[in-house]
Amino acid sequence: MNTLNKNEIENTKSKRSKIFGISLIFFGFVIYLFFGLGIEGQATFRLSRPTDPFALPNLILPAHSFIGLSALLIAFFGGRIIMKAPKNFTIFVALSFFLAIAAFLVWATAGKSFSLTGMLQATVVRAVPIALAAMAGIMCERVAVINIGIEGMLLAGAFAGALFGSIFGNLIGLVLAILVGGGFGFILAALVVTFRVDQIIAGVAINIFVLGITSFLTSHLLKSNPELNDAPIFKSIDIPFFSEIPVLGSVFFKHNIFVYFSIFIVIVSTYYLFKTAYGLRARAVGEHPKAAETLGISVIRTRFNHVIIGGMIAGFGGAWFTLGSVGRFDEGMTGGRGFIGLAAMIFGRWHPIGALFAALVFGFADSLQQKLAILRTPIPSEFLAMAPYLVTIIVVAGIVGNAKPPQAIGKAYVKEN
Amino acid sequence: MKFFIYLSNYFSNRETIQEIFLIPVIATLLAIFLGLLLLIVSGSSTQIALTALVALFTGSFGSLSAISETFTAATPLIFAALGIAVGFRAGLFNIGAEGQIILGGMAAVVIGFSFQLPFAIHLIIILLSGALFGAFYALIAGWLKATTGAHEVITTIMLNLIAYRLLDFFLRMPAIQKEGRNDPISKSIFETAELPRILYLLDPNLRVHMGFLIAIVAVFFVYWLIFHTTIGYEFRAVGKSLEASKYGGINPAITIVLAMSIAGLLAGLAGACQIAGVLGRATPGFSAGIGFDAIAVALLGRAHPIGVLFAGILFGALIAGGRAMQVSANVSLDLITVIQALIIIFIAAPILIRKLFPWILK
Repeated sequence: MNTLNKNEIENTKSKRSKIFGISLIFFGFVIYLFFGLGIEGQATFRLSRPTDPFALPNLILPAHSFIGLSALLIAFFGGRIIMKAPKNFTIFVALSFFLAIAAFLVWATAGKSFSLTGMLQATVVRAVPIALAAMAGIMCERVAVINIGIEGMLLAGAFAGALFGSIFGNLIGLVLAILVGGGFGFILAALVVTFRVDQIIAGVAINIFVLGITSFLTSHLLKSNPELNDAPIFKSIDIPFFSEIPVLGSVFFKHNIFVYFSIFIVIVSTYYLFKTAYGLRARAVGEHPKAAETLGISVIRTRFNHVIIGGMIAGFGGAWFTLGSVGRFDEGMTGGRGFIGLAAMIFGRWHPIGALFAALVFGFADSLQQKLAILRTPIPSEFLAMAPYLVTIIVVAGIVGNAKPPQAIGKAYVKEN
Repeated sequence: MKFFIYLSNYFSNRETIQEIFLIPVIATLLAIFLGLLLLIVSGSSTQIALTALVALFTGSFGSLSAISETFTAATPLIFAALGIAVGFRAGLFNIGAEGQIILGGMAAVVIGFSFQLPFAIHLIIILLSGALFGAFYALIAGWLKATTGAHEVITTIMLNLIAYRLLDFFLRMPAIQKEGRNDPISKSIFETAELPRILYLLDPNLRVHMGFLIAIVAVFFVYWLIFHTTIGYEFRAVGKSLEASKYGGINPAITIVLAMSIAGLLAGLAGACQIAGVLGRATPGFSAGIGFDAIAVALLGRAHPIGVLFAGILFGALIAGGRAMQVSANVSLDLITVIQALIIIFIAAPILIRKLFPWILK
């Protein structure tokens, strides 16, 4: 794959742009065919509630002309890519996807009304566990430890949050959920760093173990003692002044502590990884452990610390499922969010901020399926529920192709004496 | 004959006896012990834990019907784990067996209830369709890996989650849902499509069916495929070193797609066997986590077909014994999942076991 010469690269590039261009034209055509033909009426998007201090009028779009225009624009982008063969056409592809989703929403809403602000707010909420899973993944993979076990750590955090939250209240429940996540981080680190178990096998084992033990304890402990599975949830906190901004206020500033802390974690980890000496050392361990060791950095200790911190972040993300939303634990309630988080990490190219935006994309897909169920579209709910998974596959396959993980990823480090 | 010479050579080496025999046995016993400890810690009395332990053994090997249950549970595990083992050999970590089983099972159900065909032909078609659909579903992940480099662990997990939703949708389709039922359950397959029970003459209630014999045939087929064919050599070459295999003139993309398809084919057969041999119809949870248990089986069997056979029977015993445990000691079947995860950890970390039992393993 990496032995292609320059000529071949040029050839594949123009071929790629042709393929993408033609598919975009076809895509635009399909969108008009499926969504545009025979559609009538207007789509009403509600932007604010009438009780809001600064109420905005509804956004009303004529369905047929909006969809037609979007389809035309997508086809135009396709044509442009073929004609000009620009070096980087990701922006056109991204714009086309955006238009396609807008057209889809207009189609679904035609003749009805739909709260756009509500969906964007749900997007942010649903992005939280995915973003936190991605942060946990980044912490581990930056020191070259693949953490497939994030799904299990989320589940463990969710369970611990529900159980301890019910007993000790939500704050202590949250702390203990973080500690349980950190504990599984420690187990993973011990397995892959000390005992040099294959990293993927260790992660899969953790997932199966946590799924088994939480399900076991649910049926043995929580079913017979329902009071142990009834944790008080964290209420949302409106940030003064900011929360009153129309649209943006509801979308970003009316959430519980999980949303605010996720953003905090993203900022802190970005600063830590790229602006501090410790972060530089951690990245060195991920890229070239031997060189790092020569410079006096303990590879083993660095890996242990970061995997444990990653586990703690995952534990916090897991607590979102119980303490941050419903207050009770159900078997397997994380539903693959840990793996989606890993996809977000790859999509964000192992950078916290990139991963945050990727998580928002997945959160959007997640909230879309939830909100579209209300609109009663002819699409069966099971297919809508597949949306986040399909987006994950498309992202992992389509856009990531050339994203590079840290160099030493997946390799156990054997210290030489 | 050659095989036995190979086997005796294999066992004459002391280290390999530890590797392939002692470590799995110790891992299994240790995992069962820890599982029972968990039972006691979570509030059950020692009495219950002991009852559970006894039930685990009598329910798996204690009687003819227990052995029949063990082999019945082992059948789909062996199929799916063989597929995963083929993937391992080619350097692929296929977590998607669960989804492939679901697709295979769905295809088997449709073929099973929609056509009236003579006995043997119907059976062959139902198994083939299951295998084909499983192969097709796995092929998606293989193709994505070969063309774009998308990691198969993530794509196969997503395909599993999609398969669950597909099954939910499928079971509510009017053409498939059983008449007069509101819950998601499919029509039952015709008797001509059912795998016959092997021990029918002894006792009609012994559930072990033809699928078990087919699984044993599959074990030897996969053994031949991996170790005695060019394709198998290419799988192993790609699994050992992708770069080196390219210089050896192997096309890794084709090899990856082929390995994934064969893995899916075997997992699809597992699904079809469950439908045609045991269940007779599909329900939302019919795959019952077999695809995940099979990962443990493949690891326990060290990705070797013969190892998979024995590991599959061991896990079949755990499941059959676990069900007996559920009945007699009222212990949830999830305890078996915990035990399985512990087995994977101990098997994957031989250094850990060596440290824990220095007097047995040097």
